[in-house]
Order: sequence, then structure tokens, then C-alpha cells
Amino acid sequence: MAALIACQNLVKRFSSPPQLGDRLARLLGRPVRPRTVYAVDDVSLEIAEGEVLGLVGESGCGKSTLGRMIAGIQPPSAGLALLDGVPVMGGGRSPVKTTTRVQMIFQDPFASLDPRMRIGDIVAEGPIANGLVSRAEAAADTAKWLAAVGLDPTAAQRYPHQFSGGQRQRVAIARALAMRPDILVCDEPVASLDVSIQAQIINLFLKLKRDLGLTMLFISHDLGLVRHISDRVAIMYLGKLVETGATQAVFENPRHPYTRALLDSMPKLRLDDADVDFKPIDGELPSPLAPPPGCHFHLRCPGMRPACRTAVPELIRSVDGRELACHYPLVGG
Amino acid sequence: MNALLAVENLATHFATRNGLVKAVDGVSFHLDAGEIVGLVGESGSGKTVTGFSLLGLVDAPGRIVGGSIKLEGRELVGLPQAELRKLRGRRVAMVFQDPSATLNPVLTIETQMRLALEAHERVGAAAARDRSADLLTRVGIPDARRRLETYPHQLSGGMRQRVAIAIALLNRPSLIVCDEPTTALDVSIQAQILAQMKALAADFGTALIWISHDLATVSALASRILVMYAGRIVEEGPTGEVLRKPAHPYTQGLLDSLPSIAAPGEDLRQIPGSTPSLANLPEGCAFAPRCAFADAACKSAPATRRTATRAVRCHHPLGEVAWPL
Repeated sequence: MAALIACQNLVKRFSSPPQLGDRLARLLGRPVRPRTVYAVDDVSLEIAEGEVLGLVGESGCGKSTLGRMIAGIQPPSAGLALLDGVPVMGGGRSPVKTTTRVQMIFQDPFASLDPRMRIGDIVAEGPIANGLVSRAEAAADTAKWLAAVGLDPTAAQRYPHQFSGGQRQRVAIARALAMRPDILVCDEPVASLDVSIQAQIINLFLKLKRDLGLTMLFISHDLGLVRHISDRVAIMYLGKLVETGATQAVFENPRHPYTRALLDSMPKLRLDDADVDFKPIDGELPSPLAPPPGCHFHLRCPGMRPACRTAVPELIRSVDGRELACHYPLVGG
Repeated sequence: MNALLAVENLATHFATRNGLVKAVDGVSFHLDAGEIVGLVGESGSGKTVTGFSLLGLVDAPGRIVGGSIKLEGRELVGLPQAELRKLRGRRVAMVFQDPSATLNPVLTIETQMRLALEAHERVGAAAARDRSADLLTRVGIPDARRRLETYPHQLSGGMRQRVAIAIALLNRPSLIVCDEPTTALDVSIQAQILAQMKALAADFGTALIWISHDLATVSALASRILVMYAGRIVEEGPTGEVLRKPAHPYTQGLLDSLPSIAAPGEDLRQIPGSTPSLANLPEGCAFAPRCAFADAACKSAPATRRTATRAVRCHHPLGEVAWPL
């Protein structure tokens, strides 16, 4: 399968301007610790055409930033995000997105829809501006996409506040689809919705995947959801990928201790009355301002050995297509 | 048996411009000492308002308009604020969803914990510090003495929630109402806090009402489960039994919506429609418009039907339990 999206050594740094104390220290010739966060730190990743890739990690691990670079709304500090071999963003001082083939769906449909625009205008704005449809055809086009996401065509005349969260997320999906994208980047698209509404939106994604053959990057912290919808998963920890592979293989046989720990922490529905034993991971996510040396996970890892404190493990691809960044991977079984 | 908490026919309504919102409408349940009960529902089901009502924290335009809340035999509905204040924190405490909104940003952790103690007893600074540090250690905060000197913004979200839990436990209340306390946290931190909460509740003999939308979390923690829909409890029973054999179609629908139930890649069985507006509830059973089993009988409000351990509010309960009429 050809890769539709290819990320090559993507890096995103965020630096805050030096504070007064730091500037004074520099004037006096003292060493200054740079305040730089590596939100995404040298990530290479491919998404094949028609594939749904689930990107999983805890808050602050850089999964949203990676998604935004792939969607072309945030320029990388280094490296390239390519769509069919062409960068999704131009170069220069203030790079802009150069393609409409990637579209994004955000977590909070209360923030991502302009409250002063009618639904019809929200959906039609992009296609008209990019010459995909003429103004005359726009109404029919909008109605088509609203129908595709399960909304009544009369919705076009109404405003976002007249809709519930689930319906608003459908509008956001229609807006993305109206641009005829080849790939959707979905950043926690159901995290703010109720369970029964989540199921409706997940079913909509599954239907779109079947009907339109959409490629998707599905970013979520919800492992159950990712397992349900993704063909392949990538697990992130503190800006780096730690494990990738086919969904079933990773869930049934995690090889990175962090993946294992995440799966163990995931609350599971208990149908028996037996007492539950929790197996939480120790410790908290270290500050991305000062990630631990060596393997970022070594402070919390039950299988830590001396090498993990100093050497950064590379993400290595094995014959079965799994990728793993660990010095001492778990043995399957 | 003498119940720790007995709620009878509780009704909390909000008089708004758009009409009367019956956020809680005829809720009855009881809780034994040391018991952990999960209160489950979607947003707008009235679960949080139920929790707030128990502590007398409902603000205008909301008001408890009827029913009774008996804590350790004492009636809380109609109690003057001054009396409620004496109970809050000492007999019944609450842990909220967002710890960055509940902790005071300009006071150190030590000051906040001392104030919580001083509200109910005379206690010296050194003793307050000892008790605070001891509790922080027990909720899993390393280096507690040093943490006492920090401000909330210096702590992570998980640590802040641990502090909030420690404050709730300070006066050893017999009941803590936990309103989605782990929803804002990452899964690894959530698992740590769930494990700790369960152990602490057992150690202190504290009963918990665990309010959540997450069936999986509740199933790991609670021995009994209450399912709320549109301001009413629609199903109640031992957690495992209810989740294995739900009697209310809504409970069944919630379970079916979970991705973990379906085979990967298959459509989830969804509940059609969305939760009704509480200001404009349909006549009869509030779930009927979304229910696959609804018929003419559902035009009238169903009564609660009880067996020894379970209860359901439905004209057509699922499963083979013999429900008395």
C-alpha cells in the first residue's frame, strides 16, 4: 500500500522568550538553561491510503501537535509532513498550508463553529473560497453533505447554538467533508460527547470510512475507542513514538512497557462481582520542559535497567511491521 | 437496617426563563455505612444536582422543592445554612471534577487544609500540619511536608485532585460525594486514584457516592449502581448484576454504546436521538421517544418496581426478573 501521508523526522519546539532573570544571567556571563519544550521530537510516521491510524497518548505527549502539523495548520520546527510526496505547508518565514486535501475535526464543537454563521455558510465557505463549487451550486452541495452526516437539510438555515453537541460535531464533520479531503485528522472528536452520542458519531466515522474510503488520523486518549476504529495504532510518550503496529497485534501483545501499562490502566467494564485489582503505573508524566535523559519512560518503567538511564532507544522496525523504541521489549505470550 | 443516608422523593427544580427545569424529580435511594455506590448518567441527567442537593449546595434559581434527605437519621432538607455548614466537611464532604477550580489559588496547601480543620474544631498549627501531612501521604503524595508549602499551581492536575481528596477526608466524614473526580485526568493517573480511593474508603469506613458517566470506572469501584435519566433514577441494583442483565432499556442502550462491547470495526448499537430538555420533558416515560420497546403504555409515567435488591422504572423491563407490579 502506498503511503498517503509521510512524516519525516518531524520536530516541534516551543520556546518561551527569555525571562528577565535569564537575560541578566546571560549579561553576567552565567549559564542559562533554555526554556524549550520538544512537543514533538523526531517523529517519522506513515499513513497508507484508506487506513485509519489511531494516535494514542496521555495529555501533553504531543499527539495534538503532531496532528496539527500533519493537517498543515502548524509548521514544523524541523522535518517534513508530506502528502503524496509534497509538503502540506509551504516554506518561508510564515508558512501557509498548500493543500486542501487534509481537513481537521476538533475536539470541542462549541469552539470550532463560528456562532454568528449559519450552518449552511459554515459548510459552504471553504468549497466556495477554493472554487470547488460555485455560489449557485453551494446550497445543493451543502444539503448533500449535511445529509451524509445525518442532518436535515433545513439545518443549513440555523445557527450553531440551536444544535446539541453531537449535532454540532456532525456539522464540523460536514464542513470537513465538503472540502473533498483525502485524509481527515480527527483530534479527540468524541471526547466531549456523551456515551450514547459518542456511539452515533463513531458509527458515522465508520460509515464514512466505508462509503468514501477516507484515510484518517484518529487522535484519542480513549484506548477502547481507538481499538474499535483503527487499523493501526501509534503510541506516543513525551514527544516520541514508543510503539506502532496493527491494532489487534498491539492490543493483544504490547511490547513496550508503556503500552502495557496504559492497557492495564484502562478501566474495563466488570460484569462479575469480583473485587478489582488495579495495576496503575507508578509516578506521573515528567515535565516536557525537562524530560528525563535516556529513555523518557525509564522513571516509571518496571523493567528499567542501567542502559535505560543513558541511551535513548531508537524506534526500530521489525519484520512484521511493528515499530518499537525500547531497549528491553516485553516478550510476547 | 439503619441506613447512613436515606433519600426519599427528592425534587430539585430550577425556575428559569425557559420554564421550570426539573433537574431532580422524585429520586429515592439509600446508602449503608461504608458502601460505595455509583451514580451513572449522561450530562443533564441530574446526577450532579443530586450530589449538590445532598450537601445543600443548590443555589438560586435552584431549590429543593420536595422530599427528604436523612443523613445518620437527621433530616437535611430545610435545615438552616448555619446547621448545614457544621455538617459539611465533618459528616459529608464533596470532591469536585475540576481541582483547579476548587482549590484556592492564593493559599498554600497547608493553609487550605488547616482552614478545613479549623472549621470544625480547635486545632493547633503543629497538630494541623501533622494531620495534613499524614493524609497527603495516604492519598499518595510523596514528600508531603514539602508539598504543604506549595500553591495549587505548582502541582499537576492529578496531585491537585489528591489534595482535594485529602481535604475531603480530613474530618473523617461518613460520606463523600465524588462528582466525576477522575474525568479530567489521564488514564494512568485515574487508575492510581481509583485504587487509592477504594483503599481509603475501606480504611476510613467512609461511604462514597461516585458520580460518573463512565460505566467502566463505576464497575471497578462501586458495589451498587444507580442509573439516572432525565432527573429520575431508572434502574438500581448490584453493579455486576445490573451490567450483566440490565432491566431498563436505557441501561442496555448505554452498555451497547460502549466500543468494548462490539467487535472492532463493527457499527456500535446506538441509542437514537438525544437526551431530552429537562424544561420540556415528554409526558409519561421520559425515555420512550428513544426506546425500541415503547408502546401505548409508555404514555403514562412508570412507577418504580422493586425486588429485594433491584429496582427499575419501566413498563417493559428486560430480562426474566419477576418484577412486582
